Amino acid sequence: MFENLQDKLNQAFKTLKGQGRITEINVATTVKEVRRALTDADVNYKVAKEVTDRVKEKALDRKVLIAVEPGQLFVKIVQEELTDLMGGEAQSINLKGDPAIILIAGLQGSGKTTFSGKLAAYLKKQGRNVLLTACDIYRPAAIDQLKVLGEQVGVEVYAEPENKNAVEIAQNALAHARKTGKKVVIVDTAGRLAVDEVMMKEVENLKRSLNPTETLFVVDSMTGQDAVNTAKTFNDRLNFDGVVLTKLDGDARGGAALSIRGVVQKPIKFISTGEKMEALDIFYPDRMASRILGM
Amino acid sequence: VGKSTVDEEVLDELEEVLITSDVGVGTTVKIIRRIEDRVARDKYVSTNELDNILREEIAGLLAENKSIDVDDDFALPVDKKPYVIMVVGVNGVGKTTTIGKLAAQFHKRGYKVVLGAGDTFRAAAVTQLKLWGQRVGVPVIEHGMNTDPSAVAFDAVKKAVDMNADVVIIDTAGRLHTKVNLMNELSKIKRVVQKFLPEAPHEVLLVLDGSTGQNAFIQATEFTKATDVTALAITKLDGTAKGGVVIGISDQFRIPVKYIGVGEKIEDLQTFNKMEFVDSFFKKI
Ligand SMILES: Nc1nc2c(ncn2[C@@H]2O[C@H](COP(=O)(O)OP(=O)(O)OP(=O)(O)O)[C@@H](O)[C@H]2O)c(=O)[nH]1
Ligand SMILES: Nc1nc2c(ncn2[C@@H]2O[C@H](COP(=O)(O)OP(=O)(O)OP(=O)(O)O)[C@@H](O)[C@H]2O)c(=O)[nH]1
Ligand SMILES: [K+]
Ligand SMILES: [Mg+2]
Ligand SMILES: [Mg+2]
Repeated sequence: MFENLQDKLNQAFKTLKGQGRITEINVATTVKEVRRALTDADVNYKVAKEVTDRVKEKALDRKVLIAVEPGQLFVKIVQEELTDLMGGEAQSINLKGDPAIILIAGLQGSGKTTFSGKLAAYLKKQGRNVLLTACDIYRPAAIDQLKVLGEQVGVEVYAEPENKNAVEIAQNALAHARKTGKKVVIVDTAGRLAVDEVMMKEVENLKRSLNPTETLFVVDSMTGQDAVNTAKTFNDRLNFDGVVLTKLDGDARGGAALSIRGVVQKPIKFISTGEKMEALDIFYPDRMASRILGM
Repeated sequence: VGKSTVDEEVLDELEEVLITSDVGVGTTVKIIRRIEDRVARDKYVSTNELDNILREEIAGLLAENKSIDVDDDFALPVDKKPYVIMVVGVNGVGKTTTIGKLAAQFHKRGYKVVLGAGDTFRAAAVTQLKLWGQRVGVPVIEHGMNTDPSAVAFDAVKKAVDMNADVVIIDTAGRLHTKVNLMNELSKIKRVVQKFLPEAPHEVLLVLDGSTGQNAFIQATEFTKATDVTALAITKLDGTAKGGVVIGISDQFRIPVKYIGVGEKIEDLQTFNKMEFVDSFFKKI
C-alpha cells in the first residue's frame, strides 16, 4: 500500500537528485507513483490521470526538485489539488419549501434507509418536524426497517404496505405531511442499478412528481472504479443536488468521492460513519483528501 | 487500436483496462508482466492475438488458485449432515439475500434446509430473513432482535440436527472488519457452534459486493483471520461494475469463488464458472 507515499516520493527524488539533473521526465516518474497510489485508493483511473497532470504542472511551477523536502512538498501539492477538486468548503442542504422534500436514491445496500433515519434525527434535533416515507416496495422488510429506525429517532414513518405504486405512496405521504404540519419529508427509495431501466424510470417519476428540494445520491465509500458510471447515470436521470458518502467508519480510502466529483460537479453533503443513528457528519474536503492519500 | 503489434503503448492501455475493472495494481502488474514475457518470447504478437492471450492469462490465474469451477451445481457433501454454512461480510453486501437464494437452490434439489437468524442487530434483519424463509418455504430459527447471535446459531444447528435437516445456513450481522469487537463476536459464534458440532461450520462463506474496489482485498484478509473463510460469494454482478475483484481476489487468496449474485430475485444466484466469468468480463471491458 502507500502509507508511505511521502517516503516513497522522497526516495524517488533522492535518486533523481543524485542524477544531478532536474528534468520534466524525472517528475513524470514520480507522478506515476502518485497515480498508482490514487487508483489504489479507488480513484477512477481517468480522474487520477487528470489530477496528476495538473499536479505535474504545479510541481514544475513550484520548483519541487530543488526543495529541501521534495517529497513533502509534492504530497502537499497533491493534497491541495484533491481538496480543491472536492469542492473546498463543506456544503449544507437546502430546506426551503413547505414542506421541504428530500429524495434519497442510490444502489442496493449503499446505506439509504440508514441515512434516511439519521437525517431525520439530525433535522429533528434542529427542531424541525419531520416525516419519513417508505417508498421501497420491493426489498423484504424494507418498510419494517424504516419503521424501526423511525421509532428509534422518534420520527413518524408513512407507509402503505399494500400499495405497489411508489409515486402514489409519496404523494399520499406529502398530503399527510401537509395535514399534520410536517416541515420536512424524507423519501427513502429502493436500491437500484443504473442499468435497470424500469427502476430508473420509477425514481425519475418520483422526482418529477415530488419536485424535491434536495435529491441526494447515496454511495458506499468502498465502491471501486464503477462509481463514476453509476454517479453519471444517476445524475443524468435525476440531476441530484448532493452526494452522501457512507461507511466511512471503516478503512476504505474512499477514492470514489474524488471520482464522483470529477465526473459530476456535485458536492458531497454528508458522510455516514456507523450504523447508529447519530453516526452522521458533514463533509470536509481536506480531511477526505488526507484520507485518500492515506495520511 | 490501429496497432498491429503489442508494444508499450498497447500494454499501457491494457493496464488502464485492468485497473478500471478493479483488478487491483498487484494482479494487474502480474498480468502485464506475463504478457510482456510472452511478447518477448513470441516476438511479434499482434493486437488481435492479445485478446486471446489475455483470456488465457486470466483463466490461468483463476485456475491456479483453487478457483476451480463448482460443477456440482449446489450439491451438498453426503458425509456432512447437517452441512453448516455461516455467512459473513461487511454491511449491505448481500448476505441475507444470498442466503435466501441459496436456500431456494438447496430446497429445489430436495434438501431439507434450516435458516438461522443470527443478525439480531440491524433493524428488521430477522423479519427480512423470515420473509425469505417464507418465500422459499423453509423454517427460520430465531430468537428475535437484540439477542445473542451465538445462542441463535447454536440453537439453529441443534434444531437442524433434531429435524434431520441436510443444511443449515446462519445469517450474521454486517460488520466492518475494522471493528475488533464485532470480529471477535464472529469467532465466538463459530466456537459456540463447535461446542455442539465440532466439525462445524463446514463452510464459512464470505460475501463480497462485486462493485467494491480495493477494500475487498482487506475484507478477504481480515475475515479470513477471524473466521477461516472457506468460500466466496460475489454479488451484484448484474450491474455495470466489471467485477475485476474476482480476478484480483482469486490471484491473491487461496479461497475459491463459489457463487455469484446476479440480481435481487430468488433465482439470481449461480455457481461460479471460470470460463463464463471470463466471457462476461470481456463483454464488459
Ligand atoms: N458501518 C456502517 N454501516 C452502515 C453505514 N450506513 C449504513 N450501514 C449499514 O449498511 C447496511 C445497508 O444499509 P441500508 O440502509 O439498509 O442500505 P440501503 O441503501 O437502504 O439498502 P437497500 O434498500 O437494500 O438498497 C446496513 O447493515 C446498515 O446498518 C455506515 O455509515 N457505516
Ligand atoms: N442487483 C443486485 N442486488 C443485490 C444482489 N444481492 C443482494 N442485492 C441487494 O442488495 C441489498 C442488500 O442486500 P442484503 O441481503 O440485505 O445485504 P446484507 O449483506 O444482508 O446487509 P446487512 O445485513 O445490512 O449487512 C438488497 O437491496 C438486495 O436486494 C445482487 O446479486 N444483485
Ligand atoms: K455496497
Ligand atoms: Mg433501503
Ligand atoms: Mg443481512
